[in-house]
Parts: sequence; structure tokens; C-alpha cells
Amino acid sequence: MKRHNITGWIYLLPAILFLGAFMVYPLIDVFIYSFEEGYNFTSQTFGGIGFYNYSYILRDPYFLQAIKNTFILVIITVPVSTGLALLISLGLSSIKKLKKFYQTVYFLPYVTNTLAVGLVFMILFKKTAYSDGLINMLIGMFGAEPIDFIDGPYWAKMLVLCIYTVWVVMPFKILVLTSALASVDENYYKAAKVDGTSKLRIFTKITVPMISPIIFYLVVTGFIGAFKAYSDVVALFGTDLNAAEMNTIVGYIYDMLYGNSGGYPSYASAAAIILFIIVLTITVINLMISKKHIYY
Amino acid sequence: MKVVLKNLTKKFPGAGRNKNDSVIAVNNFNFEIPDGKLVGLLGPSGCGKSTALNMICGLLKPTEGKIFFGDEDVTNTEPEDRGVGMVFQNYALYPHLNVRQNILFPLQNFKGKDKLSKEEMLKRTDEAARLVQIESLMDRKPSELSGGQQQRVAIARALVKRPKVLLLDEPLSNLDARLRLQTREKIRNIQTATGITTIFVTHDQEEAMSICDVIVVMNHGIIQQIGKPQEVYDNPLNLFVAKFLGTPPVNVFKGKIRNGSLYIGEANVLGGISMPDRDVYIGIRPEGFLADKDGPLECSLERIQIMGRDVTVVASHKEAVDTVRAVMASDNDLLGEKSDKYIRFSIKPKKVYLFDRKSEERLKF
Repeated sequence: MKRHNITGWIYLLPAILFLGAFMVYPLIDVFIYSFEEGYNFTSQTFGGIGFYNYSYILRDPYFLQAIKNTFILVIITVPVSTGLALLISLGLSSIKKLKKFYQTVYFLPYVTNTLAVGLVFMILFKKTAYSDGLINMLIGMFGAEPIDFIDGPYWAKMLVLCIYTVWVVMPFKILVLTSALASVDENYYKAAKVDGTSKLRIFTKITVPMISPIIFYLVVTGFIGAFKAYSDVVALFGTDLNAAEMNTIVGYIYDMLYGNSGGYPSYASAAAIILFIIVLTITVINLMISKKHIYY
Repeated sequence: MKVVLKNLTKKFPGAGRNKNDSVIAVNNFNFEIPDGKLVGLLGPSGCGKSTALNMICGLLKPTEGKIFFGDEDVTNTEPEDRGVGMVFQNYALYPHLNVRQNILFPLQNFKGKDKLSKEEMLKRTDEAARLVQIESLMDRKPSELSGGQQQRVAIARALVKRPKVLLLDEPLSNLDARLRLQTREKIRNIQTATGITTIFVTHDQEEAMSICDVIVVMNHGIIQQIGKPQEVYDNPLNLFVAKFLGTPPVNVFKGKIRNGSLYIGEANVLGGISMPDRDVYIGIRPEGFLADKDGPLECSLERIQIMGRDVTVVASHKEAVDTVRAVMASDNDLLGEKSDKYIRFSIKPKKVYLFDRKSEERLKF
């Protein structure tokens, strides 16, 4: 028994070493940094230990803006993208003709570069000296005033960001949900049909419970992914996110480290720890809810 | 409610590379299932029995022909409007609902004037549960039940809406041998108690013969024979039916009729045949052999299997299509007189069937 234990540990050793060096140690380090007050990047010295870094960033309007942006993004995009993906997957699994074609179309954003997609969105939404952008042309046809989606009002920018995020994260969800739907035993549907179950009831009482573990997985990973949003925002609004009022928590961390206002690893660490606590809390809440509502 | 099938046919179009080969799963079915009877659709796998059941249920639309429930033409009626209850081969119990919720499920679908009050629903659920004796399991999930219990829940779910016709698709195939014996009795009892016309699909001839009022033997989408189990067994219309019913199966020999006598090889096994000379297949039921040291048919003895009540003699004969199996009572004294290598049989004329070599149709003699 003991020998087996040693062999097991030896197998695990490479992974433990790498994860330890590049994951666990940095994590602990970030935690320590976040309590080191007045850290000097060049001399690598600090003034004292305490909660000053936390109290500083929690009073920093840029950080509060970043938290607000991130939360809005999470709360809107996770349910919308999961819901839309579910509807599209249902559609995909009920058609026969052109099924493969549509599956490819819906999967394309997944294999497309984030920045390239960002460029497409610029063309759609950006107002320049020469054009108002495609979307403005469309809403202009209904007689509305053109809106500057990229440099204009906050809600317009947030709208573009949400649409963009939903569009980017949906393909993977569609892929996963389509295969989840296909794996539901057809006999359940036959049994329901013989019993005269309405389409809506089949969906809510059979389909959704059957694929609920997958939906739950998508929601949890969706939350985590949305909390870590950064590259999408850069693709749309450039790197000066604080000025655009569109920064996210990860963007704030990056700016604190390397941005124009950077060079403050302690503040960045404190922000990272706060993000970690938020994600952990949300995931635990998700798990608790799922215990009640997930079957299996 | 009697069920009538008229010229019922189902063709499945070929797909992909086999686009032009359509498969006729059910070919021109005509039969009537009398009210309140238990009918077994019996045949080897791929014979179209499940297709036939699905058409009666309404999950499949027939290519041609009509289905009547009583006098009502239900050919184009949706399954939910036919008033059928169906038990699926894998039971299809909803895994996330407990037993009570599973049985309630069909009742909760009722709309409009059929809608039931909550008390009424629960009352009927309990009734159905009592009928199949699962009252004590109502709060369990299907995964916490044994196969036999799941089976009974599935039957309760099919019965709770009081269907006019109950359909069972291979209901026993997922159960172990002992449970299968108990459950088939149970199905028979439930059917007798409710008096619901029941159609049940199986590939196991013993299952069908033991509980059905009528069996329908099918092969390649064509009905081979319809009748009471014992009638079909005693009087098969063709070689397929003779071979399909009975364990061990009927023994088939290549034989010939010469001058009013039946020959297997050179042995004259039976006389008094009023038929012109011809070549035939001879089917002899395992119980049609008698060990007899003066018997006409000599077989090479392979082994003797003693199963307690009776004995199976496994032997071979060069004119036999397969291994020869003869079943006889273990107190057959003559068994002791066999040599180690050979055994001689005489034949009971009643257990002998003759079939045409080409068409494999039964020949009366």
C-alpha cells in the first residue's frame, strides 16, 4: 500500500512542481503583496503591513467604475448568452436540412480572433468622419438620430460591449448544448408524446432538467469568464479604458501593473484578491443553488 | 376496445448510399385484436414488430393501410388523442422525478374539460400504484429502484390515464431470468384485472406463449401465423413458425416420401403417408422422440443433459440440418439400453411436420 503511495506521488511530481512554481507560489505571493503597504517597485521594499492597499483601491473611482462595468457585463451577458444559446441549440437540433451549415455558421466566432471580431464591430458601430457605421445607418432608416457607440454615451458603449461579449461566448455554449440535447434519450420524448405533453412542458419538465448539469456548467464558467473580461474591451475601446469609463477589474489590475498609471503591484494584487473573492463567492452561491435544482 | 389493422404497411426509405433500397418493415398486416385480450407480437429482431407497435401507438405513420380502434379510424390521429398507454423497452422513466411525479406526469397533461383536480390526480396515481404494488416506493427516484420495480412504475404510468389500449415494447428484456418469470405473470394479472386490450412485443417465444391469449408470429415484416399459442405450436403453418416456437427448437431433417412412407436417409421412420413421392423437410419436435432400441432412426450420440425433470439427448444425424435434440422424461427406461456411440429413436407421428423443400410451407399428410 505504502509503495503504491510513493509511485503515485512520483507520477504527480512534475505537475506538482510546475503548478507549485507557476500557480501556487504566485498566488501566495499576490496575497502577500496585497498587504504590503507603499511597495517600491525598483527597490523592492515596502513600508508596512496592513489593509491600506484595499482601502485605497476601494476608494479609487476607477476601480469602482471597473467593478460596476464588470458586474453589469456579467449580469447581462451570462443569462442572455446562455438563454440565446439554448434557443439556437433547440432550433439546430430540430432541423434536418442545412443543419451542418448552420452549425458551422454559429461556430465561426469561436475560431475567429478576438481583435478581428473587434474590428468588425468597429465597422458596425463606430462613428467616423466618413460614416456613422452600419448600425447607425439601420437605425437612421427608422428616423432615429445616429448614436456614437464607441465614444458616445455610457449606455451605448455598454450595449456594444454586451452584444460583443454575447456574440463571442455563444458559439462554445451552442456547441456544448447541441451535444447535450442530442444525448437526451429519445424515448423520453416519445413517452411524453404518447402522454400528450405540450411542447412547452416537454421543454421545461424534461429537456431542461435533463441537460441541467450542462447548463449549470455553462453558467458557472460563463460567470468566471465574464468576470475576467479584458481583451474584448480592449478590442472595442482601445487601451485607455479608464478614460473611456469602460475598464474592467482585470483591466484595472493590468493598468496598475503595466499601464500608464502602472507600477503598483500592491494595488494590483489587492484588486486581484478582491476579484478572486468575488468569483469564489459567486461560484459557491451557484453550487448551493445547483444542489437544489440539478438532478443527478 | 378492439384494434383492427387493415393492409398496414410501413416502408422506410433508404438513406445515404442506400438511397434506392427502401426497407419494408411491415408488409400488409391484416388482423383484428379482440377487445380485452392480451396479444403478443412475436418474431426475431428486425422483423418489424416494434414498427408495428409504434404505428398502433401513433409514433410512426403508416405508409399504407388503416388502423381502427373500435370503429374509429385512428390512422391519422396523434398518439395523445388515441388513448394509448405505452411502456418502453428501457421504461423511459424521467430520472429527475420521483415515482409519484412520474406516474402523475400523464395526468398533468390533461387540458380543458378533461383536467383533473389535484385530489383526483393523486387518487388515480395511488390507484395505479396499488395495482402494480409499488405504493411503498412513491418517493424514490427511478435510479433507486430495481429493474423490476422500474418496470412496474412504467406500467403504472401507462395505466394511470386509463388507456383504451396498452402497448408494451419488449417489457421484460431488461430483467434477469427469475424476475422475468415473475413480471410476466404480473403483467398477465394486471391485464386480467383491468381488462385493457394489451399488445405486447417480444422476441422471446416462451414469454409470448406463456401469457398471451393470441400470438402473432412475424418474420421479415410479414405475418406468418396468428392464433392461440398452443394452436400455433401444435399446428405451425410453415417451417419458420415451427422453428421459432418451442425450446429446444424443432429438429429439421432432410427427408423424402417414397411409396407412402417417410424416409430420413435410408431409415423408414413413418408409414401411412398419403402423398406422392417427393423430397421434404421433416420437422420433429424434441418431445416427439422416444428412445427405443428397435426404433428406425439411428443417431450418433453426443451427450445426455440431465435437467432433473427431463433429459435432453443431444445427438447428430447426417440428414439433420442442425444438432438433434430430443427431450424425454428422465424415467425413460430405454435410455439405459443405448450404446455409447449410437441411440435409436422411434417417432411420435403427432409431433412430425412435413414442409415443402422450396416454399417451406407445411404439407398435410
